[in-house]
Amino acid sequence: MTSLFNDNDLWGPLDPSADAGYGEDRPARKGFFTDTSICIGCKACEVACKEWNDVPADHFDMTATSYDNSHSLNANQWRHVAFVERPAGPAPVDLGMPGVAPTDAVSAGSTAGGAGSTAGGLLDNGADAAPDFRWLMSSDVCKHCTHAACLDVCPTGSLFRSEFGTVVVQDDICNGCGYCVPACPYGVISRREGPDGSRNVGIAQKCTLCYDRLDAGKTPACAQACPTQSIQFGDVEELRERADARVAQLHEAGVMDARLYGNDPDDGVGGAGAFFLLLDEPEVYGMPPDPVVTTKDLPQMFRRATTAAVVMFAGAALSFLGRRP
Amino acid sequence: MSPAEPHLEQRDTEAVPGRPGRRKGGRGGERSMVPEAEFTSYYGRPIVKPAPWEADIPAYLFAGGLAAGSSLIAAGADLTGRPALRRTGRLGALGALGVSMFALVHDLGKPSRFYNMLRTAKLTSPMSVGTWILSLYGPWAGLAAAAEGTRLLPESARRRAPVALLGRLDRPTGVLAAVFAPPVAAYTAVLLSDTATPSWHEAFRELPFVFVGSGAAAAAGLGLLAAPVHETGPVRRLAAGAAALELVMEHRMEQSMGLTAEPLHHGKVGRLMRAAKGLTAAGAVGAALGGRHRGLAAASGLALLAGSACTRFGIFEAGQASARDPKYTVVPQRERLEREGPVRYRE
Ligand code: SF4
Ligand code: SF4
Ligand code: SF4
Repeated sequence: MTSLFNDNDLWGPLDPSADAGYGEDRPARKGFFTDTSICIGCKACEVACKEWNDVPADHFDMTATSYDNSHSLNANQWRHVAFVERPAGPAPVDLGMPGVAPTDAVSAGSTAGGAGSTAGGLLDNGADAAPDFRWLMSSDVCKHCTHAACLDVCPTGSLFRSEFGTVVVQDDICNGCGYCVPACPYGVISRREGPDGSRNVGIAQKCTLCYDRLDAGKTPACAQACPTQSIQFGDVEELRERADARVAQLHEAGVMDARLYGNDPDDGVGGAGAFFLLLDEPEVYGMPPDPVVTTKDLPQMFRRATTAAVVMFAGAALSFLGRRP
Repeated sequence: MSPAEPHLEQRDTEAVPGRPGRRKGGRGGERSMVPEAEFTSYYGRPIVKPAPWEADIPAYLFAGGLAAGSSLIAAGADLTGRPALRRTGRLGALGALGVSMFALVHDLGKPSRFYNMLRTAKLTSPMSVGTWILSLYGPWAGLAAAAEGTRLLPESARRRAPVALLGRLDRPTGVLAAVFAPPVAAYTAVLLSDTATPSWHEAFRELPFVFVGSGAAAAAGLGLLAAPVHETGPVRRLAAGAAALELVMEHRMEQSMGLTAEPLHHGKVGRLMRAAKGLTAAGAVGAALGGRHRGLAAASGLALLAGSACTRFGIFEAGQASARDPKYTVVPQRERLEREGPVRYRE
């Protein structure tokens, strides 16, 4: 690492708000633990986010490939519920569905329950065999990375680290250069391209972790609206422990596919502020399997470019040193 | 209707390419770089987002490289007494700088947005660093071109105070422009590579060399095209060296990129990259062997300019294509996982 950057500035575990210069009295880092095993795909989070943050409607049309009609995370879609149809997994277990607090939902031995995820309802309705497929649902959101590529590459300082350790766009400073868009390893942020007449067209937009609500001591709108506690909001430290406990519980109950995604502070983005419990590989949900923040390689890139610049200068000088014609 | 029906129905309509599940990678036909890859995705949708950039950006890359190379040539010509080559270089640099600034401002929408970037300096943002590099280079290139312009004035006008000052700054400004020029050509490689766009990021080791080679080759091309042959000896040498650097590093880049080199060979991008290599090689050979012949020199110069433009558009579009296909995000990460396990920080 070059001395131009502090230790772990670009990569490695870090308290992002401390690194950004907030003092000792800063609040604890806030984030989400999204437990997709109890998501029912109701989209309450998508709607709540749109309402609270005044996010304009996007192109709502069925994609003809799934129940997903909101396509992807983008400037007009700060929460996105993915619907994945998969071949049936191993023997179904009770994942602790709505109305049951997630922390005590699965007790060891309660594996005789309904089918995985929403397929459970089918059995209760009298179907005589378990379906040979299951739905996976997951409410995706900005990861609020510890090492956020979007923030690192923003040339105007529009993207900034809040005192809560989250990553927020300042609409009035963004110049619409669009650099943050290809920088994000998860494809979260994008420039608002429409609809005509909506606010902030041409400006990069994404989840703010409801900065205004955090400021007022409230829970973000999506987490507040989630009826199953699939979206759990809180202090990242505490959420990480909760996630560890939950995945251990699921493993004990035989759900060996359960895995955490983005919770490890040593991972490629220094740990995500918003992390997930998934029931299949990340790419099945449209997430990269093992993302690494691009700026991890930035010192090396600058060194390479410096060498190339020297080569160019020397090459030009050399070609003039030859004998006169 | 049993509640199961919609699910099953949906499943039927889903038996189309792009459904979640395994998909064979590799598109047959064209040269396959790696064994076919199998991967999973969410309905075949992209994971990372392509940059919201249009042709402005590759045009900017091309013009920036041309400007930088031209300033180097102009300074060399000035210091070795080649006035026509000096003039071509300085005016070429100013023209190319104008084109690149136009492309940049056009991409941003309005000029004031450029100043938004001058309100801060951020080392982690290649765009911010680049803005400052450009701001350090541009004025010298502009002044050198202005000084060049004063040479066209009658002797009496050249003795007037401001003009006389410009005349005296002639050589220093030209040399300063040459000193700040190479970073202009090199930083654009970091600009592209410092993203999650697979074919840009994976190219980060060699791309700066490809870009400085491409910029120098284009500028040499302009010199060959516009300056008289008795002054273009150094430019012919530069053309050969720059083209060799570009072609060799481009080849090494493709080797080190793994699967993400694939978009460089497909479809329109494949044609652009093949044209880039052919034109650059032909221009370099033409310059080296036939550069003393006016017609051949001009043709070689044009080929070098066109080759450089094709390189920029090709690499730009390859990155965009790699972002649109989840294969290039998923498969290299999966391969790395298999090889090295998950990326984890170790003290
Ligand atoms: S997920 Fe993307 S948009 Fe969100 S903080 Fe990380 S890099 Fe930025
Ligand atoms: S689009 Fe806006 S937020 Fe994104 S990098 Fe550019 S200035 Fe920053
Ligand atoms: S935290 Fe707020 S802004 Fe982010 S997805 Fe939830 S409701 Fe939307």
